[in-house]
Amino acid sequence: MSMAELNNENVLKALTDAFGDAILHSEMQFGMLNVEIPADRNLDIIGWLKSNESLKMEFLTDLCAVHYPEQKGRELAVVYHLHCWTKNYRMRIKCFVSAQKPEIASLTGLYNAANWMERETFDFYGVQFSGHPDLRRILNMDEMDYHPLLKQYALEDETRDDKDDSFFGR
Amino acid sequence: MSQLDTRNYDKFVSTETIDGEIATLNLGPTHPATHGVFQNVMKVDGERIISSEPTIGYIHRAFEKLAERRPYNQITPITDRLNYCSSPINNLGWHMTVEKLADIHVPKKVDYMRVIIMELARIADHLVCNSVIGVDTGALTGFTYVFQEREKIYEMYEEVCGARLTTNIGRIGGFEREFSPVFMAKLKKFLKEFHIKFQEFDNLLTRNRIFMDRVIKAGPISAEKAISYGFTGPNLRAAGVDYDVRVMNPYSSYEDFDFIIPVGQDGDTYDRFIVRQEEIRQSLSIIQQALDGMPEGAHHADVPAFYLPPKEEVYRSMEALIYHFKIVMGETPIPVGEVYHAVEGANGELGYYLISDGGRTPYRLHFRRPCFIYYQAYPEMVKGAMLSDAILTMSSMNVIAGELDA
Amino acid sequence: MVKMVEAPEGVEGQGFFATSLDKVIGMARANSLWPLPFATSCCGIEFMATMGANYDLARFGSERLSFSPRQADLLMVMGTIAKKMGPVLKQVYDQMAEPKWVIAVGACASSGGIFDTYSVLQGIDRIIPVDVYVPGCPPRPEQIIEGVMKIQDLARNESLRRRNSDEYKKMLESYNIETQ
Repeated sequence: MSMAELNNENVLKALTDAFGDAILHSEMQFGMLNVEIPADRNLDIIGWLKSNESLKMEFLTDLCAVHYPEQKGRELAVVYHLHCWTKNYRMRIKCFVSAQKPEIASLTGLYNAANWMERETFDFYGVQFSGHPDLRRILNMDEMDYHPLLKQYALEDETRDDKDDSFFGR
Repeated sequence: MSQLDTRNYDKFVSTETIDGEIATLNLGPTHPATHGVFQNVMKVDGERIISSEPTIGYIHRAFEKLAERRPYNQITPITDRLNYCSSPINNLGWHMTVEKLADIHVPKKVDYMRVIIMELARIADHLVCNSVIGVDTGALTGFTYVFQEREKIYEMYEEVCGARLTTNIGRIGGFEREFSPVFMAKLKKFLKEFHIKFQEFDNLLTRNRIFMDRVIKAGPISAEKAISYGFTGPNLRAAGVDYDVRVMNPYSSYEDFDFIIPVGQDGDTYDRFIVRQEEIRQSLSIIQQALDGMPEGAHHADVPAFYLPPKEEVYRSMEALIYHFKIVMGETPIPVGEVYHAVEGANGELGYYLISDGGRTPYRLHFRRPCFIYYQAYPEMVKGAMLSDAILTMSSMNVIAGELDA
Repeated sequence: MVKMVEAPEGVEGQGFFATSLDKVIGMARANSLWPLPFATSCCGIEFMATMGANYDLARFGSERLSFSPRQADLLMVMGTIAKKMGPVLKQVYDQMAEPKWVIAVGACASSGGIFDTYSVLQGIDRIIPVDVYVPGCPPRPEQIIEGVMKIQDLARNESLRRRNSDEYKKMLESYNIETQ
């Protein structure tokens, strides 16, 4: 089927027609369609979104992760923002992985832009992207042994002694 | 054989070298020409680059973690420091993101005021980038001319918000005050005189035989590769794709303005230079249109829960005092939800992905930084190039370290 | 109306001028500092404005910027120094020859600035000795120029034996900087 115009309803319908119950959950957030898919299907579903003639989501706008420490078994959400330029349509895809085994397939085969974005996500959250050509830290020092943006770690450097926390309201 | 044939990079991409020796060159984090701190370890054969490996993170300041600690109006100063050559665009983009989340509709006058400030910032950033391309070829005069014009833009920022470079301009819901008569006089003088000085700068470089020989076909990239690498902004437009967030997803009343999107052909350094030159002219035209068509109205939206009340009222009325207290302490009624908003920064699509859980600080704030995403393509753009072409390619991509590392 | 540097006090006569060596060398050093702009972020752009025609640091003798530490006198650290960048800064400082001065421009170089985070060095004086701190975020060009003028005062009045004195050597050791 070919769609002249993409909007949230027909994109969601095309996804559910093609993948059925792999589309775990969908909702609208401030005008943008959010679709949750299982972490092991991200490569084929996003690949389908890219290559499908009427959807053609050829631009990966953004790739990041979010940490939800209370949701046991689903702590880390990997969020993809996709954009179809020819029909001016944006959508968001979310995949949840657990903090014990944060593995998900890498999208570097589909989009070159995913390379550094996945390295940044690994650096900040520890998400392991399987199939990534060179997964190592990018922004922090290589010797760092923890993933700083997880909620359990503090913002400040704990070993500093020149700033008195009582003055800063902490 | 014409000069430009030496830029046929494909001939030279091989590991067979003239005398069998490949040197490792460290284009280290501190380099002249003050581009910013990032490192490139290059394997060179004589002067040809065989491979290059960038290392970044030398100015990683953990903005995203810092943002989880600060209330919404205190995040504006840290957005300044992303692309610090054009900080108003970052500030106003953040304000628009929060307004999208909190469903605040600003009056049209605020939109026009924002457009004027954002286009001035775009002009300032493109002036830096183009003059630095000149400096890297050895032409220092253009740089000194151009920085005089940037001083005039700084003076205008000072009239509006008090700061020159890291502006923290505007507020969630509008601006602090109307544009003063001094600002209007400076703006009109700028619009009248800038194009003459800019033409002088243009005359120095654009059709200069030596400059053209240096930059044509240096560091090209094709449109398909550029899209795959996530390019946006002038670098992508130089490759031939006319993607501009102001036209694709208009914000802040950009649909009212009439401007063209300059597009290049090869995606090489000369195209990037020319695209930025033309964008400066288009920005001037947009500012003129905004000034001519400025509607009447308030300079801020009527949202007392987000926008600080005027000081006279705070001293006299109880509600204003309470609102002032709550806003300063960060207790603003932000709804739960997630929003992605993109603006056309000077380097491309600058996106803000904000997840709020209703608390006083964001739950997660992620910046989609255009520099970080397109700098990945640098090793591919300089493969087989001469070292001096690699330097020009880097400076023409306008890599700002603050935006690269965040 | 060009203001020239004033001669130090001394005995003047036909074809000669007698003064103390300290004063002459101090005057020469102060008015010909070669800065190394170690510009990392936003303060670097304000430095570019300071070097421009409007504020013109070159009037103070800093006409020739040196990007090689071996040829520079004054290390101007402008911008945030992250912990990843610390060893690089130390190496650049070590490569400079005595006498050398360091000016920390901006809040981030002085004390970490607004970035009290795990990845930012809270002030460069954790790794190298600093002579003058210029606060501001970013400091106005006039403030940067005043910082350079204070360095000029330090250079003009410095004793010629200072760099070999025990006190100076002890200070360098406290930073783990090797002294020969």
